Amino acid sequence: MMKKTATVLAGALLSLSAMTAQAETLKMAYDSDPVTLDPHEQLSGGMLQLSHMTFDPLVRWDQDMGIEARLAEKWERIDDLTMRFHLRKGVKFHSGNELTAKDVEFTFKRLQNSPDFKGIFTPFKEVRVIDDQTFDLVTNEPFPLILNNATYIFPMDSKFYSGEDENGNAKDMLVKFGNSFASRNMSGTGPYTVQYREQGVRTEFTRNADYWDSASKGNVDKIVLTPIKEAPTRVAALLSGDVDFIMPVPPADYKRIDASSEVDLVTMPGTRIITFQMNQERFEQFKDVRVRQAIVHAINQEGIVKKIMRGFATPAAQMSPEGYLGYNPALKPRYDLKKAKQLMKEAGYEKGFTVTMMAPNNRYVNDAKIAQAVASMLAKINITVDLKTMPKAQYWPTFDERAADIMMIGWHADTEDSNNFFEFLTACADKDSGLGQYNSGNYCNPEADKLMAQANTETDAAKRAQIMQQVEQMLYDDAAYIPLHWQNLAWGARAGVDIAPVVNKMNFPYLGDLVIKK
Amino acid sequence: MLAFLIKRLAQAIVVMFVISIISFSIQDNLGDPLRELVGQSVSEEERQALRDEMGLNDPFLVQYARFAGNALHGDLGTSYFFKEPALDVILKKLPATLDLVFGATLIIIGFSVPLGVYAAINPRSMFSKIVMGFSTVGISVPVFLTGIGLIYLFSIELGWMPSFGRGDVGHIFGFWDTAFLTSDGLAHLVLPCFTLASIMLPLFIRLIRSEMMEVLQSEYIKFAWAKGLAPKRIYYLHALKNTMLPVITVGGVQIGTMVAYTILTETVFQWPGMGFLFLEAINRVDTPLIVAYLIVVGAIFVITNTIVDLIYGLVNPTVKLFGGK
Repeated sequence: MMKKTATVLAGALLSLSAMTAQAETLKMAYDSDPVTLDPHEQLSGGMLQLSHMTFDPLVRWDQDMGIEARLAEKWERIDDLTMRFHLRKGVKFHSGNELTAKDVEFTFKRLQNSPDFKGIFTPFKEVRVIDDQTFDLVTNEPFPLILNNATYIFPMDSKFYSGEDENGNAKDMLVKFGNSFASRNMSGTGPYTVQYREQGVRTEFTRNADYWDSASKGNVDKIVLTPIKEAPTRVAALLSGDVDFIMPVPPADYKRIDASSEVDLVTMPGTRIITFQMNQERFEQFKDVRVRQAIVHAINQEGIVKKIMRGFATPAAQMSPEGYLGYNPALKPRYDLKKAKQLMKEAGYEKGFTVTMMAPNNRYVNDAKIAQAVASMLAKINITVDLKTMPKAQYWPTFDERAADIMMIGWHADTEDSNNFFEFLTACADKDSGLGQYNSGNYCNPEADKLMAQANTETDAAKRAQIMQQVEQMLYDDAAYIPLHWQNLAWGARAGVDIAPVVNKMNFPYLGDLVIKK
Repeated sequence: MLAFLIKRLAQAIVVMFVISIISFSIQDNLGDPLRELVGQSVSEEERQALRDEMGLNDPFLVQYARFAGNALHGDLGTSYFFKEPALDVILKKLPATLDLVFGATLIIIGFSVPLGVYAAINPRSMFSKIVMGFSTVGISVPVFLTGIGLIYLFSIELGWMPSFGRGDVGHIFGFWDTAFLTSDGLAHLVLPCFTLASIMLPLFIRLIRSEMMEVLQSEYIKFAWAKGLAPKRIYYLHALKNTMLPVITVGGVQIGTMVAYTILTETVFQWPGMGFLFLEAINRVDTPLIVAYLIVVGAIFVITNTIVDLIYGLVNPTVKLFGGK
């Protein structure tokens, strides 16, 4: 009844609403809420989602993985090491202070001291302030990913964060596990300010009345974010109309949400690759490329996507998803049981062997089920798998110990660049440089590493793409790891909440631009 | 009385001590808290530096001594996630959990006593059989399934009840908040309270029924019938009073257990209470919060058992808790 009355009323007001922006409230439920208000305390999806609501980056990704100007209006390369940025004029922080290049410098220095972000900013030397509106980003060596990494620079209000708080600590102090001024207060340039926050229960955002982006059609005035941990409850909250927007949607409920006329499901191929790594140091047989090839040929990626992921994933034969420079279109999944058996025979393991396998059970979508499926696929080529799954909290220390012969690892490239996959997952492990930190397979190919290093300083995009695609080819030929799939992302929203244009592969919905139709 | 309470207090301290040692020694098996505090690409070196800073690399005894020393000053550590003293975080969530427990207790008492008594007096009636049948079903269905079923029926299909959360709360005494004071809060309470009650309610109906049937067979009831007392007086005064003795004992223990069941109920309904907090703390390896929770829940058990013992003495004068024979 109420809803009907509201619709009639809305209809009557339609002519009015065309002229004046309508105040809309968005109630949304994520699976977790931001751990802090300090954007540099933790590098995680949840924190970046918050940053995109309350701060603005210099530049950001659009839906096609292109770069979109935000606080930086334009930019140009001055030389091999320097990129010059021009800031938008007249942008104000929530505190009323005006945004200048000094704020960018302040933010950059803070990023360099953040344990989580310093890795992304090691290739950078400094921010050189030219004038209030202009600054240079200077790198140590020619660096192709300046813009990719500039998506992580969300200028903070240097005046607001200077001085001391009531405990006598500097306001810009970055505290990893404790109470700091920055973890409780914020001043950014973003479309929303945090008005109320009860951690773990609810966060309320109000639209920034002085938001610089007057071109944005966003009409949401107030956002109420409630974390709902349990997937069925989250879906129920959407279906019953208690919330307008949820993320993520569990695969089991895709059909149900898609079928309902009152709610919409939006999905998009994601960029997180799910793989298994075969540890050559623990298990001698994995040193033989024929054995690794046999295993890769025994895995039916399409079957896993179809049966376990219910079609909401993309089968993979490499780590780079489509849209990344290193994506090599020639590489296809190679499920072929006959060939797999043949290869095992050639390697002298026709009778097979027993290996141990470990996977988390609450980290990736359907992770434990995927591991079980892979184990049963390997049984077909006489490999007996001793599988153990565990919660992520226990899995990561176990992964660090390289505790099993085959271990699951999913990866999303923070830089949205192929080289990031190589550096963390397949490069020869080296404690000093930190390369191969998540290479539990101990796969090592010096030639691939050389190409990777070359790509790191190649600023010509076409040449870079060629180099990185070559690396993908080498890893493919070597069967360096077992590629499975890229998880799809899924969001659910009440009909009329037009989320499709504001969501993206990184899963940072640009809620400032969200339009709710009456 | 005083001696009894002092003895209880001493017992409580021992219990707390044991709980703290146990919870402290399992924390290493829960996982690495650093993993939840930093991003995935942070280097091992960086993580070790943070571990050192947090004192996580110290030997077990050093860590425990530091914890115990602080605990004596009422400081149970600082939650990694909330960045506030763990005890404060838990006490802030306590009202929400007690709302649930209180609501569920009302439902249990309100339904189990009349139903149990009715089933005992009229064991052969159709209604009694239906009640007993339902109670068997109720006991065997897991809490989270009951919760999800109720949400599906009353929130999604019928749209009568909110599907999650606690709604608006009212404040009393200046520091305590409760959902019982607002209509929105009450609406949010209904489904979770029934879910939580669904485990204990059948148990109590059966317990009251069987106790009452036994009492009705006893000599003094037969004598009362022979004396020609009114049935009402026999059932509700003489029989019921003796029926309630074992029920109170079981009830006291079960209230503690109910606190444990709130973990599941609160998770299903995203209820911002202690139980949900605890489960989240485990997922995040927020060890100070886990230890503090176990200690607080231990304290609740000790307190409820003490209260039950005291009530027991009031209901049955032949029970003596303190003093000689």
